[in-house]
Amino acid sequence: MRFSKKILTAAVCAACIAAPAAWAQTGKISNGVVKIGVMTDLSGLYADLAGPGSVLAAKMAAEDFGGKVLGAPIEVIAGDLQNKPDVASSIARRWLDQENVDMITDLTGSAAALAVVKIVKEKNRIAMVSSGGTTRLTNEDCTDRTVHWAYDTYALANGSARALTQEGAKTWFFITPDYAFGHSMEKDASEAIVAAGGKVLGSVKHPFPGSDFSSFLLQAQASGAQVIGLNNASSDLITTIKQAAEFGVAPKQRLVGMIFMITDIHSIGLKATQGMIYTDAFYWDMNGETRAWSKRFFERQKRMPTMIQAGVYSAVTHYLKAIKASGTDEAGVIMAKMKATPVNDFFAKNGKIREDGRMVHDMYLMQVKNSEESKQPWDYLKLLKVIPGDQAFQPLSKSRCPLIKK
Amino acid sequence: MKLGKTAVGFVILVAAGIVAPFVIYPVFLMKALCFALFACAFNLLLGYTGLLSFGHAAFFGSAAYITGYVITKLGFPVELGILTGTVFAFGLGAVFGSLAIRRQGIYFAMITLALAQMVFFLCLQIKATGGEDGLQGISRGFLLGFIDLSDTLNMYYFVLGIFLFGFFLIYRIVHSPFGQVLKAIRENEPRAVSLGYDADSHKLLAFILSAGLSGLAGATKSVVFQLASLTDVHWGMSGEVVLMALVGGVGTIFGPVVGALVIVTMENYLSGFGSWVTIIMGVVFVACVLVFRKGIVGELNALIKR
Amino acid sequence: MFEWLGITPQGLYGQLLVGLINGSFYATLSLGLAVIFGLLNIVNFTHGAQYMMGAFVAWMGLRYFGVNYWWSLILAPLAVGVVGIVLELTLLRRLYRMDHLYGLLLTFGLALIIEGGFRQAFGISGEQYDIPEALTGATNLGFIFLPNYRAWVVAASLVVCFFAWFVIERTKLGAYLRAGTENPQLLQAFGVNVPVLVTLTYGFGAALAGFAGVLAAPIFQVNPVMGSNLLIVVFAVVVIGGLGSILGSILTGVGLGLIEGLTKVFYPEGSSVVIFVIMAVILLIRPAGLFGKEK
Repeated sequence: MRFSKKILTAAVCAACIAAPAAWAQTGKISNGVVKIGVMTDLSGLYADLAGPGSVLAAKMAAEDFGGKVLGAPIEVIAGDLQNKPDVASSIARRWLDQENVDMITDLTGSAAALAVVKIVKEKNRIAMVSSGGTTRLTNEDCTDRTVHWAYDTYALANGSARALTQEGAKTWFFITPDYAFGHSMEKDASEAIVAAGGKVLGSVKHPFPGSDFSSFLLQAQASGAQVIGLNNASSDLITTIKQAAEFGVAPKQRLVGMIFMITDIHSIGLKATQGMIYTDAFYWDMNGETRAWSKRFFERQKRMPTMIQAGVYSAVTHYLKAIKASGTDEAGVIMAKMKATPVNDFFAKNGKIREDGRMVHDMYLMQVKNSEESKQPWDYLKLLKVIPGDQAFQPLSKSRCPLIKK
Repeated sequence: MKLGKTAVGFVILVAAGIVAPFVIYPVFLMKALCFALFACAFNLLLGYTGLLSFGHAAFFGSAAYITGYVITKLGFPVELGILTGTVFAFGLGAVFGSLAIRRQGIYFAMITLALAQMVFFLCLQIKATGGEDGLQGISRGFLLGFIDLSDTLNMYYFVLGIFLFGFFLIYRIVHSPFGQVLKAIRENEPRAVSLGYDADSHKLLAFILSAGLSGLAGATKSVVFQLASLTDVHWGMSGEVVLMALVGGVGTIFGPVVGALVIVTMENYLSGFGSWVTIIMGVVFVACVLVFRKGIVGELNALIKR
Repeated sequence: MFEWLGITPQGLYGQLLVGLINGSFYATLSLGLAVIFGLLNIVNFTHGAQYMMGAFVAWMGLRYFGVNYWWSLILAPLAVGVVGIVLELTLLRRLYRMDHLYGLLLTFGLALIIEGGFRQAFGISGEQYDIPEALTGATNLGFIFLPNYRAWVVAASLVVCFFAWFVIERTKLGAYLRAGTENPQLLQAFGVNVPVLVTLTYGFGAALAGFAGVLAAPIFQVNPVMGSNLLIVVFAVVVIGGLGSILGSILTGVGLGLIEGLTKVFYPEGSSVVIFVIMAVILLIRPAGLFGKEK
C-alpha cells in the first residue's frame, strides 16, 4: 500500500517537473520536429526540371542548416503528385492532418499548386511554391500562407517578349498548349509585346500534351511572323524545337521558348537550340557562389540544377532561418518574419517577399551558346542582361490579390 | 447457405465501416468507399450482365463536375448537389446506353470509350469546369442544414451511409428476378432471347443503373475532396475501375469492394515510388488474368466451397 | 474563295501533305494491330509498348553499338518480333480458349509493365535520335518545305502496308492465316501447323509495331510514353477501318491523318477528339467499321 503510494507520488513529481519542460518544447516547435514536404512530379513530364532534384535541393538545405533548428530535427519527405490536382490534394491532406508537415514546397503544376495552397491555408501551415508558375497564386488565389518563390508566367513572358520586341522583333506568332498555363503565358506575353510596340499576328492552340507539331509549325511559317513564341514546356517544347529544325524554320524566323529549362537544352542539344533567347531565374555558371552550390548538387544528381530546384533550396533555407530567428514554427509568425527578411543568397539577389506572397528577385535574359562556344557539357548559356526584380514581376499596384490594402 | 455467407459478409462490412475511422485515416477510407461504390456499380454491368464498358469514367467524372458546379456556382445544399449529379449520370447513362447497346463485345467497349472521350473533351474545353485546374473549393456545407460536414468524422459517416445504400441497392438488384435475367443474358444471350426475354431493354436498364450509381460515387467523391478534376473523366479512370473489379472478383458481390480497397491502398503506399506503381499494377493485372481469374473474393469463395 | 477559310491554297496543300504523312504513319502503326486482331482475334493492347520498344531498340543500337538507322529498320522490328513471340508462347497462348476480355486485359497489363519498366530505366524526358544523314534537309516544293525524312516516312509506310496487304490477301501463306481464323481445327487437319502460324503472326504484328517505332524515332521524342499516347488513336483507326480488315485500317489511317490535319487548321484544340467523334459515328452507322465483316 505505502509502496504504491510512494510510486504514485514519485510519478506525480516527475510529471510536474517534466510537464513544463515538455510544454516549453511544444511551445517552440510543434511535435518536436520541423517537417518539410516536397510535393513534386517524381516520375512524369516534369521530373527532370523539378522532381528528385527538388527533393535533393530541400535535403541539401536541411543538411547545410545543420540538420536541426532550435533543437528540433529537420525532416524532409517527398510526395509524387503525378501532375494531378486530386492526387496533390490527397497528399496534402494526409501530410497536414496525419504527418505533421509544417511546410509544403515545390508544387509542380499550376492546377495542383492552386488546390494545395487552399488546403494549406485551411490548416494554417505554409506553402512555398517553386515549380508552379501561375500568376493566380499572387492574384485571385493568393493567401497569407503562400509564398511564390522562383518565377511566374508574367516574369518569363515579360522578360523574353519585351526584350525581343524592343530589339526589333516586332511580329509574333504563338504555338500554345491548350490549357491554363499555356493560355496564361500567351496572355502575359501578348500584353508585353503590344506594350513594347509589337504585334501578335496569330496563335494556334494545340491539344496538351501533343505529339506532332508539323501542322502548327506550318501555320507559324505561313504567318510570316518574325518570332515564333513557344508556350509549351518540357517534352512538347523539345519536340516542337526538333521538328522546327526539320522544317527549316530558322533562320528566317526566330524560335523563342517562353519556359525553357537547362534540362531541355541538354535533351535537345546545342545544334537545334543555339542562339535562342529566353528568361531564367538561375544559371549554375553565373558566378563563384552558384558554381560552388551547383557542383555539390551535380555530384549527387548528375545533372545541373534548374531554377526550380535552386529555388527550393533557397526557399527552404529562408524558412529555416525564419524559424531560428522567431523561436517558433507557428505559421503566422514565420510568414511575417519571412516577409520582413530580405533574401540574398546564391539564388536570389535583392530578393524580397511582398504582401501578395510574391518573392521578387532579379531575373536573367539568357542566350544559348553555339557549339564552338560551349567548352563542356552543361556549358550552354551566356547572360545577356539582368532584369531587376521590380521590373521583372507584375507590379504590386496591378495585383488582384485581396490581401493588398489599396 | 449462400444467404448466410452474404449476411455474415454484410455484417462484417458494416461493423468494420463503423469502427474503421478510429483506426485508419478517415479521408483515405472515404476515398476507398467512393471507389468501392464505383467498382460495385461497374461490376453490375461487367460481372452480372457481361458487358465490358471502357467509358465509365464519363459517368463518375461528369457527376463529380455537375455536383461541384451546382454546389459552388448555384449554392445547392450538399444532399441536393449529390442528387443532381447522380440524376445527371442516370440521364447520361440512358443516352450512352441506348447508343452502345446496339453493339456487342469489343465494338460495345469501343463505343463507350469514344463517347467517354467526348465527355472528357467537353470537360476540358468548357469554361465552367475549369479546364485542367478542375472545379476547386467545393464546400461540404451542412447536411440537412445542421450537421457540419467539414468535420471529418461527420463526413465519413455520411459517405459510409451513401456507400451502404448503393451497395444494398446493387445487392437487391442482383438478387431479384431482373438480376436473374441479367445473369441469363450474360451466360447465353440467344437462349435468353429465345425464352422470351427482351435482352436489349434488360441490358439498357442495367447500363443505366450502373451509370447512375457510378455517378453517385463520383458526386460523393467530389464533395469529399472538394475537387472535381479531369482525372475523373480520363480513360485511365475507366481502366482503373476494370482493374478493381478484376482484382476483387468479377461477378461477386463483395469482390469490387475488396478490389477497390486493394487498389486504393496500393496507390497510396506506392505513391512515392514513381514508375514502380505502373509496373506493379501491370503485374497485378497479368497475375489476375493468368492465375487469379476469379479475383480475390472469387478465389476465397472457391476455397470455402472446398 | 480560300481567304474565307482563313488559309491560302498553298497553306492548305501544305497542311494536307502533312496530314497525309501522319496518316501513312498511322496506317503502318495500325497495321500490326489489325493483323493481330483480324487473324488472331486478340485485342493487342501491348501494341503501343511494342512500338515504343522498336524506337528504343533503334536508339540503344545507335548509342551503344553504333548500329545505324538503316540496319535498325530491319533489326529493331526483328527484336520486337522475337519479344512478341516469347510473350505469345508463354502467356497469351493460355487465353485463346477463353473470353476475349482476358486477352485484352493481359495485353493491357503487359503494356503497363513494359512501359513502367522503361520509364524507371530511362526517365520520362526521352532521348534524342537524329535523322540519318542521307535524309536530312528539305525539298522546296513551292508550297511547303518538305523535310526529306518525312517523304521517306510516306514512302516506307506505303511500301510496308502494301507488302503486308499483299502477303495476307494474295499469297498462300496469307490464305492459311485467314483460314486458320475461320476454322483452326480444319486447317490443322490439313496438315498445317496452326499454333506455329499463330505465334508467327503475333510476332509479325509486333514487328510491324517495332518498325513504326523506328520510323518515328527521328521525328518524335523517343520516350517511354510515346506508345500510350498514340495507342488510343491507333485503336480508333483499326475499329473505324473494321477490325480484321487490313485494307480498312490502311485506308482509314491515311484518311484520319488527313482529317486530323484539316482539324488542326480550322479547330486545332479539337484535333485530338475528332477521331473519337468519327469512331462513334461510324460504329453507330456501320457496326463492323467501314470495311469490316461482322463476326
